[in-house]
Amino acid sequence: MTTVSSSAPDRVGESPVRASLARRGSVFLYRHAKVRLALLLSAPLFWLGLVYIAALVALLITAFWTVDSFTGEIIIEWNITNITKVVGDALYHAVTLRTVGAALLVTAIDIVIALPIAFFMAKVASRGVQRALVIAILMPLWASYLVKAYAWRSILAQDGIIDWMFGPLGGSSPGYGFEGAVLTLAYLWLPFVILPIYTALERVPDSLLDASSDLGAKTGSTFRHIVLPLIVPGIIAGSIFSFSLTLGDYIAVKIVGGATQMLGTLVYSNVGVANNLPLAAAISLIPLAIIFVYLGAVRRTGALNNL
Amino acid sequence: MRLSMTSKIGLWVTTALTLAFIYVPILVVVLNSFSTSRTLSWPPPGFTTEWWGKALTNAGALSAISTSLIVAAASTVIALLLGTALSFALHRFSFFGKSTVNLLVVLPIALPGIVTGIALNNAFRTMLDMQLGWFTIIVAHATFCVVTVFNNVFARLRRVGTSLEEASSDLGAGIWTTFRLVTFPQIRSALFAGGLLSFALSFDEIIVTTFTAGSGVQTLPIFILDNMFRPNQAPIVAVVAVVMILIAIVPIYIAQRLTTTDNR
Repeated sequence: MTTVSSSAPDRVGESPVRASLARRGSVFLYRHAKVRLALLLSAPLFWLGLVYIAALVALLITAFWTVDSFTGEIIIEWNITNITKVVGDALYHAVTLRTVGAALLVTAIDIVIALPIAFFMAKVASRGVQRALVIAILMPLWASYLVKAYAWRSILAQDGIIDWMFGPLGGSSPGYGFEGAVLTLAYLWLPFVILPIYTALERVPDSLLDASSDLGAKTGSTFRHIVLPLIVPGIIAGSIFSFSLTLGDYIAVKIVGGATQMLGTLVYSNVGVANNLPLAAAISLIPLAIIFVYLGAVRRTGALNNL
Repeated sequence: MRLSMTSKIGLWVTTALTLAFIYVPILVVVLNSFSTSRTLSWPPPGFTTEWWGKALTNAGALSAISTSLIVAAASTVIALLLGTALSFALHRFSFFGKSTVNLLVVLPIALPGIVTGIALNNAFRTMLDMQLGWFTIIVAHATFCVVTVFNNVFARLRRVGTSLEEASSDLGAGIWTTFRLVTFPQIRSALFAGGLLSFALSFDEIIVTTFTAGSGVQTLPIFILDNMFRPNQAPIVAVVAVVMILIAIVPIYIAQRLTTTDNR
């Protein structure tokens, strides 16, 4: 706050006319809170409303249009061809099931990996170790998504590190395919799952754990009966990330998934190669609907306040 | 909590294994960028700095880096303006629809990237009949960068309160003077941290970018993606990937330091 003292000399150079205009503006704004609010809100609302909400609405509308198969031009004519195709076609059923299956698998793997390390961080490690671990988990969160997916491409490659490690034991890399994609996606979203579980565990009072073990409970049953019920909202908060991010992913699937088709890759190929935006829009409504159902289902648990 | 020796050791071991799981892939990329092998074979048959030299003189890679820097800088400037205005509006006023506005800010990163990407692609191409290019990428990036600036500035405003500003206007300072000499110095480091995070977010982004970039503009992530599937480009991609980690991690690290020292 030392800069405040320099305010007086600032005003000397200004011409009286400009100063009084600025002053009048200042007085006007000071008296009219609503004008201040309008000035602050107009630009951001214009941007987010016009660019984003309008785009989402337009996406919904486009799903009801079609593409002329000869010219590739979009025909503005209301029909539900795309919707019935997406709902009725066996291909989309299979891909939707596969994608939801992958999302559930990824979520399960992440929760199983996240629970012990989060528990260790929150309840066992000393203050210093705890702080170091939080940073160690946070840093890769910010390392580029693409680079991490690329890293798994090299790990899963033929003669890659997995083959090298498990080759002598008779194992081999799963290669590029569904398993590779699930592993990579689990890796990508792991920090997103660890952090909310860690935060939830931090809030569990130590005295509860002590009371439980004083009453003779073993570590395992303390965890099952005391800790787990208390951190369910944190687990669900983490699962929202891994679940919804997996549903919408297509880059990692493209990089390590081989020929595996997921909802994301279908959307992308319809935007690019097939040039059928209306169909792509209709397909993209599937993950959107699933996520809203999921969010609606978990809203009652209070997990959304933990995000 | 009292733990038996076995469970304690078990936890230590699982934690160490999890950390290894997190860091080994990144290490593999770094080592591969020095490998003499042109494929992704492991272990590297030998080490060389040849690829670093080649990558750092590769015209495609260099122009992709400068494209990414320009896009990230432009969208950060827009995000700073919009995010700051929004955080002041939501912190200082209560109005009808406030929680909706709050949701609106988070939506671009809460929804899957592919939905945001295709929605913007569709809006630009079908609805507005625009060519994809610089403008569309920057608009798309700014849209999801607003939330990082908003989060930082809003948290700061909540912490510093309004008493200093009230004191300033009681002493006769107008709105501009108060902002310049009282409010701005208080939120300066939050703006900087939010700006850095938004810069890193934009620099890394790939999903929305592939839908809004068109064929003319190549950002660094798109360069990596394009070259990843080409044979024999593996070492150069590894080098660029390491560069990308560095460019993203450094601002994040500075931003983290800024916010933690402020909170003390």
